[in-house]
Amino acid sequence: MIFFNFLKYMLFLFIIKPFIYLVLGVNVSGAGNLPKVDKSPSIIVANHNSHIDTLLLMSLFNCSQILKIHPVAAADYFCNTKFKRFVFTKLLGIIPISRKVRKATEEELFKDINEKLRAGETIIIYPEGTRGESNELSKFKSGVAHIARMNPDIPVIPCYINGPDKILPKGEILWVPFIADVYVSEPVYYDNTSTKEFTEKIRSIVEFLKLEHKKKEEL
Amino acid sequence: MEHFIITENVKFMLFGLYGFLFVLMGVLKFLQFKKKNVDNWLIRVRSFIFIVVIFTVAFCTNKICAFALITLLSYLALKEFFSLTPTRKTDRRVLLWAYWSIPVQFYIIYINWATLFYLFIPLYVFLLISMRMVTIGNTDGFLKSIATIQWGLMTSVYALGYIALILAIPFKYNPIGGSLGLLFFILLITVANDFMQMFSGKMFGKHKIIPKVSPNKTWEGFIGGVIGTTILSMLIAPVLTPFTLLQSAFCGSVLAIAGFFGDVTMSAVKRDMGVKDTSSLIPGHGGILDRFDSLIFTAPLFFHYFAYINSIVITRGH
Repeated sequence: MIFFNFLKYMLFLFIIKPFIYLVLGVNVSGAGNLPKVDKSPSIIVANHNSHIDTLLLMSLFNCSQILKIHPVAAADYFCNTKFKRFVFTKLLGIIPISRKVRKATEEELFKDINEKLRAGETIIIYPEGTRGESNELSKFKSGVAHIARMNPDIPVIPCYINGPDKILPKGEILWVPFIADVYVSEPVYYDNTSTKEFTEKIRSIVEFLKLEHKKKEEL
Repeated sequence: MEHFIITENVKFMLFGLYGFLFVLMGVLKFLQFKKKNVDNWLIRVRSFIFIVVIFTVAFCTNKICAFALITLLSYLALKEFFSLTPTRKTDRRVLLWAYWSIPVQFYIIYINWATLFYLFIPLYVFLLISMRMVTIGNTDGFLKSIATIQWGLMTSVYALGYIALILAIPFKYNPIGGSLGLLFFILLITVANDFMQMFSGKMFGKHKIIPKVSPNKTWEGFIGGVIGTTILSMLIAPVLTPFTLLQSAFCGSVLAIAGFFGDVTMSAVKRDMGVKDTSSLIPGHGGILDRFDSLIFTAPLFFHYFAYINSIVITRGH
């Protein structure tokens, strides 16, 4: 485990971070809202248009903090071969989750995620469930709300990412460099309403951040 | 490995610059100690010292390092420009071609093929980009799109390429400073001009010069900058360049005016796109395009003025 953590650290320090910051470039607004990942767990929520999203969000943190961050990713996409499973779970630290609805209890379905959160680690989750069309925020799935309900004292941090849909859109293999923007909102906590309302609340925050970006563009 | 000759005069000016920055930092620290609000200035000067150190290290190491730095600079500038302006989704591949023109152009300058450099971006890349865009076939906003891409290339790649071309000036034309001395001169004059225009604008600024583009720019700032830059040019040109006093005064004033227009041109683009800074890469300064916008206008002018005075033709084999 230590060996893989070392590899992950080196991977981010020497390859992914220089790539994200120098080759692409990031503007962060609301950087003060970024959680202190090494001290306490949190749930980072963002819109999803490209594979870059995950690398971008992780690169916002220090390399030692990155070890504590686990993106939640679709098992059917990232773990369909043994090699992919090995690379993504060991080197990027993803938590594979099945997208197919099974008959299982909630506790069972979110077992891996809850374990990580209770161990003080942070997760990144994309409630859209898949990479959507660029510039469109599709319907949020309620998984985040369920996780937040089970861990009411862990903050949920909604983010809006702009740019990766131009850098590497879904279905493309050619990268084109652009500067990406990340908007980080203040943390919210599960408020004992219903999972449906909480999902709506998170979506409206991401929508608000998106409008903020649009306003900046159309000034 | 090819090195640049660093003459005694260049060393002298470098020490002078570092001494000046050291004193400036000391003064700011003292003001901060006196509870004056100089945090912004501290961030700015710190970033500036960082840039100066990177430049010194790269240019004093060897030619490859120097060219790598200018290439990187040009890439960052072009990336900022493309991120700033709206681009069509179908143009992704065209943009990739535009990016690839950067290493090619700097390789052309590296091998001293100046005649090809003069035509590469303005003619060949211009034709290639049109060709690539036509093969994609999206005609909605075709002309606007192609003009935007070409404008980005002309400013961020072609004009900044002159920084590298100045390095290709043979040593014999400037025995007291070499090509490094000329580059040092133009960088110093451009940055000092930006600073002096801002400074005298803050001190005496009253009458707006182009309020629609840049409301903070004033006639007083502009004139103060031109006078200050001319004087500075007359002071440092004898150390770094072979100019006579009259030539350095003329050069200084022309560069000051050009620098001003570089600044406001980029301001106009930023205003058009509704942003304040092109990116947040350099703390306190904004992006590469914010910092090097004046250089886009001054570097080609300086090169051609110097070439005119000395009747220089740069060809392969020098």
